[in-house]
Amino acid sequence: MEKVECIVVGGGLAGLSAAYGLAGAGAEVMVLERGDYSGAKNVTGGRLYVSPIRGFYPELWEEAPFERPVARELITMMGDGAHTTFELASDRLAHPPQSYTVVRARLDQWLAEKVGEKGGMVVPGMKVDELLRKEGRIVGIRAGADEIGADVVVVAEGVLRLLAEPAGLAARPVDRDHALGYKEVIELPAGVIEDRWNLNPGEGAAQLFLGSVTQGMLGGGFLYTNKESISLGVVVGMQAMKADGREIKSHELLDRWKELPQIKPLVAGGTVAEYSAHAIPEGGIAKVPRLYGDGYVLAGDAAGLSLNALVTVRGMDFAIASGYYAAQAILRARQAGDFSAAGLASYEVALRDSFVLKDLETARIYPQFMELPRLFTHYPTAVSRLFEDVFTIGPGPTPSLMKKAWKGIRRDFLNLGTLQDAWLARKL
Amino acid sequence: MNIDAKLGLDVFKLDKEPHIVIEQEVCATVCTNRACLYVCPADLYELDDEQRMTVNWEGCLECGTCMICCEPRALTWNYPRSPFGVQYRMS
Repeated sequence: MEKVECIVVGGGLAGLSAAYGLAGAGAEVMVLERGDYSGAKNVTGGRLYVSPIRGFYPELWEEAPFERPVARELITMMGDGAHTTFELASDRLAHPPQSYTVVRARLDQWLAEKVGEKGGMVVPGMKVDELLRKEGRIVGIRAGADEIGADVVVVAEGVLRLLAEPAGLAARPVDRDHALGYKEVIELPAGVIEDRWNLNPGEGAAQLFLGSVTQGMLGGGFLYTNKESISLGVVVGMQAMKADGREIKSHELLDRWKELPQIKPLVAGGTVAEYSAHAIPEGGIAKVPRLYGDGYVLAGDAAGLSLNALVTVRGMDFAIASGYYAAQAILRARQAGDFSAAGLASYEVALRDSFVLKDLETARIYPQFMELPRLFTHYPTAVSRLFEDVFTIGPGPTPSLMKKAWKGIRRDFLNLGTLQDAWLARKL
Repeated sequence: MNIDAKLGLDVFKLDKEPHIVIEQEVCATVCTNRACLYVCPADLYELDDEQRMTVNWEGCLECGTCMICCEPRALTWNYPRSPFGVQYRMS
């Protein structure tokens, strides 16, 4: 059996980040990617928060092919026939940029080239079929009829764990801990995008939508402005969809949403160029499996490293960080000549000391909070109703501003159910 | 724009072998909610004239939602072998 030092299964951001660190330090590394090129099978919303990862591979992020730095953050609450949008435009969001919109086929291919420049080998069109086990240790991979041995395997295969689960490294994904995300990439000229979202040339916007887009099911809509397109999509919890989605096919949520008079002008004149879908791990810290063992580490989505905190949605920064720390731990193991679980244990220690597991720990309550039934129905509607009351001048005398506001707040926000929600929300 | 037109925008490399196989026996006798009929974002599942579940796997976006949602595990689901399946140009 042919043998290399390190095999990376999956040429996405986690795998490539690991490979970049390994190759840069002179380790022999082979990345096996099942798509025709890195990014061919990847889907993001998408936006990448670079602030947390700027310190890793700092030379990379200045030249990365990002789309637009996000200078405007918008959250839209969707009620019945009314939307309320909160918009933050801040000098500090964009200078220096804390996040960028991204297109994966572009970003991942570029990172694969960078791995190649460091001496790593990225092999596209190579689907791994099995992680090879021997006496409880991962010793290599099988791809079709070919077996390749390795001192260590970085399992960065993505969310579905089709390799990790049969090898006993992680649990099979279940509906309660996962969401479906899908989107259209809609082409629009750069100038139109900048006019529509009030952006300076080159700057971008990120807009999240809560409420009727998912018809009350856990989830929401998203819109990210790329250079010359927007990514418009829907995230919906799988368990919620199974229980309450019978009346509507999942893909129709986006179609119906696009037809709303509040959304239609945003996409007018655009040309749909691609349609894509992906599963998203949303189980939080409680569902993160053991991250390493004899001869392997888990990274990125395969390790369940993502965080939906309602107004910030993260995963790619965790993927890149976990790849970075995986490489550091493997290099340490390589120096000690010990690729056993004990030799690789510094990986989990480093993740626990870093923002990755710290932020997931901080957000421990989120998956439970997201299951509150009122979150995606009552509140977005109530917020829009409140503002509608405040702004409405009807026939006859108009009550005072405070009277209108208090009436709405008492009606929709001060009752037993909402106060219970607020009690849980104190931990957010 | 209907779902077929959307899928028509994507680049697919078609294999002759299906990467999703439905265990008809399990599907027909154990499953009660038939979630695949409405969770699949590509709308690939349908019942044939004899009420047997079918999947048009050629248009699969490889998201895995059907596999995760299939409670009785009536699906044998794998990624298409290389170099087949969807090849996203952006996403």
